[in-house]
Amino acid sequence: MGFSWIGTILAILAALGFLVGNQRGQGLARLGRLHSLPRYHGVFVALWTALPGLLIIILFAVFSTGVINGMIMENSQGGVENAQVLSVELNKIQLIAEGSMPFREGMGISWDSVERMKNLYRDAHLSALFCVIVVGVMGFQYALRRINANFRARQEVERIVRILLVMASSVSIFITLGIVLSLIFEALRFFAVIPVSDFIFGLQWSPQTAIRADQVGGSGSFGAIPLFAGTLMITGISILVAAPVGLFCAIYLSEFASPNVRGWVKPALEILAGIPTVVYGLFAALMVAPAISDFGGQLGLDIASESALAAGLVMGIMIIPFVSSLSDDVINAVPQAIRDGSLAMGATEAETIRQVVLPAALPGIVGALLLAISRAVGETMIVVMAAGLAANLTANPLQAMTTVTVQIVTLLVGDQEFDSPKTLAAFALGLSLFFVTLILNIVALGVVKRYHEKQ
Amino acid sequence: MVGKNVNYSFETMHLEASKSITPPRVKMEAKGVDVYYGDKQALEKVDLPVPLNRVTALIGPSGCGKSTFLKCLNRMNDTVVGCRVTGSITLDEEDIHSPTVDVVQLRARVGMVFQKPNPFPKSIYDNIAYGPRIHGMTRDRTELDQIVEESLARAGLWNEVKERLQEPGTSLSGGQQQRLCIARAIAVNPEVVLMDEPCSALDPIATARIEELIDELCNKYTIIIVTHSMQQAARVSHYTGFFHMGELVEYDHTEAIFTNPQQERTKGYVTGRFG
Repeated sequence: MGFSWIGTILAILAALGFLVGNQRGQGLARLGRLHSLPRYHGVFVALWTALPGLLIIILFAVFSTGVINGMIMENSQGGVENAQVLSVELNKIQLIAEGSMPFREGMGISWDSVERMKNLYRDAHLSALFCVIVVGVMGFQYALRRINANFRARQEVERIVRILLVMASSVSIFITLGIVLSLIFEALRFFAVIPVSDFIFGLQWSPQTAIRADQVGGSGSFGAIPLFAGTLMITGISILVAAPVGLFCAIYLSEFASPNVRGWVKPALEILAGIPTVVYGLFAALMVAPAISDFGGQLGLDIASESALAAGLVMGIMIIPFVSSLSDDVINAVPQAIRDGSLAMGATEAETIRQVVLPAALPGIVGALLLAISRAVGETMIVVMAAGLAANLTANPLQAMTTVTVQIVTLLVGDQEFDSPKTLAAFALGLSLFFVTLILNIVALGVVKRYHEKQ
Repeated sequence: MVGKNVNYSFETMHLEASKSITPPRVKMEAKGVDVYYGDKQALEKVDLPVPLNRVTALIGPSGCGKSTFLKCLNRMNDTVVGCRVTGSITLDEEDIHSPTVDVVQLRARVGMVFQKPNPFPKSIYDNIAYGPRIHGMTRDRTELDQIVEESLARAGLWNEVKERLQEPGTSLSGGQQQRLCIARAIAVNPEVVLMDEPCSALDPIATARIEELIDELCNKYTIIIVTHSMQQAARVSHYTGFFHMGELVEYDHTEAIFTNPQQERTKGYVTGRFG
């Protein structure tokens, strides 16, 4: 019996609560005017029955594994050298107890501990079930006792629902906060080894450090400037591709295309957004980059087979649907009345679009571009495959460059110590990337707001 | 078309009504206009001459085709998908559908004010300056300033907004917005102004202000107004056409329509028995 069973029982209890509360409400309604509709009484009772029990289930689900593992560990003496071996054994015990692995002799664990874990889990589930039923019945009775003719069931239900809504929205806030905090703390550990100024203003990026004393390795230099320059260059190229193409596409779709064409082209563009970035990466590395290189060769230019230009171009293609689809939506949302107003003045369609429709849609278009930029900044796969890994600090888009995200990946790929500067550098890069996009967002919001005020 | 009795020429209109008015020149004229939305016929054989420098009102119950007819006059129906117009409509005796006529220039000559005020999301100044700018009517800023001031003054809005020309047009009240739209329409110096229920979204005070304005404007412009309010038609117009079920039932001097209608349907509508 697992937590899903307990959940089912809880749901049945809640349904009963609804029926009883509803019944009670209807009974009261027959006697006189009720403040709230009978069904609110039902919902009120159901919520009071289900929510405390749900909390208990969540608590058990979160903590039971840890507590049980602790109890098993306490009990198993000898044969356990260190924590890592122990956790492997615990895993085995758990898998066998769940029945997803057969038990064999010589696995280094005793059948006793498996039995023990089984029992502990059964006990945990039983006690959880017991608690859920007790708390559910208590909540049920409490709610039922509060119901009378003057009881404001609707307000109570709305209050509970509002609390649930607030909790749902705070979850995302807390998770964001958690991510930022973990980034900050890990980055601080990095900056304890490497000075902040070296990181922010350094012009050299070569994070290879010796892991063991006897290894040969670079001393490691962690200047992030080449990475940010690469990110800026590749993102810039991709926006130069995506902004005009996407925007013109959106204008065509919303202002000129017949409904028929629109019905075909829009989904087709959205398919473009659904292509995995790895496929774009292949396309960039195997077709675009060599083509650019060949073309450059004919012009007498020396173009590396991996170039920022190739990555930027393909990334631009990738983000076209973000620009076009969102811009199309906002352009469509511009009221027909002001278009008609402009046309009736004797404005041409071009004048209408340029001077009336686009200004009205500008905040949305800026939003679309911003989303596209953040996609481009965060994109990794295309850059790995098409622009290479070399952290060149150059203003020449025809050379290999690399971006922040790519370096984060390469820093964490392979066997690493978790406290070496090389690994920690990933967090510092992540943190700076986070700040860059944050500032970008704030600037864009400011632009949109100023534009709104001007209107 | 049984019993249809429309007076096509102004000379033959009712004597008592027209004796004080010298027969005006025809500015625009519709002859045998049919309009279809897809398969559905919205207007049938409409013949209607629009007199120069007069106010012509189009009345009738909802869905009778009066707004459709109005939109034919500056070819705003072109923007409606599936809409087809046949018959002839002339402006100064030139067919507005002839290939030599540019729809952009037509609309500059035949301006339009819509049912709901639709100021552009621009400043008050730029709203008025929009038309003169796109038509290249001015050589410098001073001339543009002058046009903006004149148009706003003629729409009776100048004194209210002269201190706040850079504020957004949407910050004005509903009545002011509608006068802004009228000012915007007359800023390009059109010959005809079409008004599609210009007061239906306004309160009585703002309505009275706009009606006064129409009265003043008709010295300079030919005005055609669609209205649901028969009182409004009676107050502001010189000529009135009554539309019903896609046909023009009767067209005459406003006084004649309201005091001595020739058609049973007109009589029924203006006395409030149906519609």
